[in-house]
Amino acid sequence: MITIQACLDGLLLGILFALIAYGMALQWGVMNIINIAQGDLVILGGYIAYFMYLYGIHPAWGVIVSPIIMYFVGIAIYKLVINKVVDRDLFISILATFGISILFMQLMNFAFGADVVLANSGYGTTMLFDNNVVLPNSKIFSAFISIVFAICLVVYMKRSKLGRAIRATAQNARAAKILGVDTEKVYAATFGINAALCGVAGALISITFTIHPYMGLPYTIRSFMIVIVAGLGNLPGVAMSGMGLGIFEEFADYILGTEFRIGSVFLLLVLILVYRRFKLSRKREYLK
Amino acid sequence: MNKNSWILYIGILVFGLFAPFVFPAFKVQLSILCVLIVLATTWNIQGGEMGYNTFGNILFYGLGMYLCASVQVGMFFPLAEWTESGGEKTFVHTPSQFFQGMAAGLVVAAVVPTIVAGLIGYAILGLRGHYFAICTLGLGVAAGEISGGIEIIGAGQGFTTPPFPNIGGLEARGEFFYFLSFGALVLTFIAVRAIYTTRFRLILNAIRDNEDKAEAMGIETMKYKITGWMISAFFCGLAGGIMGGLVGYIDSTDVAFDGREMGVFMVLMAILGGKGTLWGPIIGATLFHFFKEGFWTFFLGWQYVALGVLIVVIVIYFPEGLMGWLREKYPERFGEVVDEADRKAQVELK
Repeated sequence: MITIQACLDGLLLGILFALIAYGMALQWGVMNIINIAQGDLVILGGYIAYFMYLYGIHPAWGVIVSPIIMYFVGIAIYKLVINKVVDRDLFISILATFGISILFMQLMNFAFGADVVLANSGYGTTMLFDNNVVLPNSKIFSAFISIVFAICLVVYMKRSKLGRAIRATAQNARAAKILGVDTEKVYAATFGINAALCGVAGALISITFTIHPYMGLPYTIRSFMIVIVAGLGNLPGVAMSGMGLGIFEEFADYILGTEFRIGSVFLLLVLILVYRRFKLSRKREYLK
Repeated sequence: MNKNSWILYIGILVFGLFAPFVFPAFKVQLSILCVLIVLATTWNIQGGEMGYNTFGNILFYGLGMYLCASVQVGMFFPLAEWTESGGEKTFVHTPSQFFQGMAAGLVVAAVVPTIVAGLIGYAILGLRGHYFAICTLGLGVAAGEISGGIEIIGAGQGFTTPPFPNIGGLEARGEFFYFLSFGALVLTFIAVRAIYTTRFRLILNAIRDNEDKAEAMGIETMKYKITGWMISAFFCGLAGGIMGGLVGYIDSTDVAFDGREMGVFMVLMAILGGKGTLWGPIIGATLFHFFKEGFWTFFLGWQYVALGVLIVVIVIYFPEGLMGWLREKYPERFGEVVDEADRKAQVELK
């Protein structure tokens, strides 16, 4: 029974991870930057939902409000910092966003306090298999909303004009520029969409789990890991590896103990990278 | 080496030897500065010379810290009971036990991380660019999280290192740790300077500029990369061991494997001074430490905000660092031959 419990928990959790990882893949593919502040954007989105909860609005509305606010936060970050690192070395973007991450962590710590908080949705729980498996309805809700947003985004990327421009820029920024795409605008929109996705995920996390100003980095690492396992632009892969990671985490939590949960995520990242490196080095190649 | 540089070295050495007596109030700050310079200089071997931007040197630093303290305690007393008793001292080191333990601890703290670096080097250094950066970042955080769950070294509640013994009423703690860290700094400087005059540095630079070509030229790049990492690990472990004794208290994520603070500091210091130069990290670390100690108190809790802004500003507007800027401005001083006509033409083009 505990196995089924862990699997289901991990599956629902993994869908959320996949949503964050999709944002990561989007900006990595289009702008060629790795955003260490991804997790902090998620947490900031979570705090927006939490504040709505504090002021008596049902936190589920955060799913709508949080991405709208986060979109503009993302645009602001892009205008201030990211547009200066887009064409440069990837390490510059890693370090610059690491700076943003530290900044956000501390600002959130000042603004919202260092307590672990959650927004109570009051959705109750569902019992399965003769009451042996307990599933909070909020988790099911969050997985459902994640899937809805992911589908909306995929359709938007396929159909809309901006989506086409984004895909064109990802394929070849120079050619897109020649053909009249305002790449600067596309980059800003991409980063904004990524931040909005983080906002949705954050609002869902604040409903289902807990948020804390310093919990950002693990979400960044998880999404990075999902993207390198799945590869850029492989959406089913992102979803699959997200769920796989969720299940892995639940089992690590159950077998090793909660204190090693985050540690095992980071170790898994190292192991995956090393495994890929050895696999590629047989063909005398390396991860690019 | 010409006469001027000899005068400079002797001047710095004399200053270093007398500094704790001239500025007795800043002994601890000066010791921390020495440790920071060691960390920045060794980071520069990877990030600056070899082009492998690592966040993972904090692993060796934290490992050295824990190992030094564990050996120092474990040589004479049961380690588990020590950490369990926490701050209350049930065991007291005699002076000779303290110094023996410290000496043995520092040797272990330097040697074991070197071996660890050698063992994981083959796996990790096969990654390149940002994959290497993220992988080492993960390694550092994982080490912090895992060591925070191990009971025998204090787990979440921390590990108190042995207090400095009282020798006949003499208060020499500050001087002891200052000279220890200054010694480590001198050792690091001599070693790194010696390395930088050899073919080894050229090979590292070749790896940075184009690893595939270096390999095609017949250089066994992996061997040199691992050697470079092991050298870094040796000095990082040593610095960690000293810092553990200096701080007096080891916490897994806040002191030892502090990727958010020390792990970023070493990258930032090297970049601020200018990576890929001998003096860059030293100047960068000194500037950074002065800035940090001078202004940190004014920010009152806003330090991390200031740190975040500082990182972004340095990385975006000042990626070449101070030495890079000087080099651009006075290329003759760096032994570069400049064609005046060509330079003028370039200036006019701008």
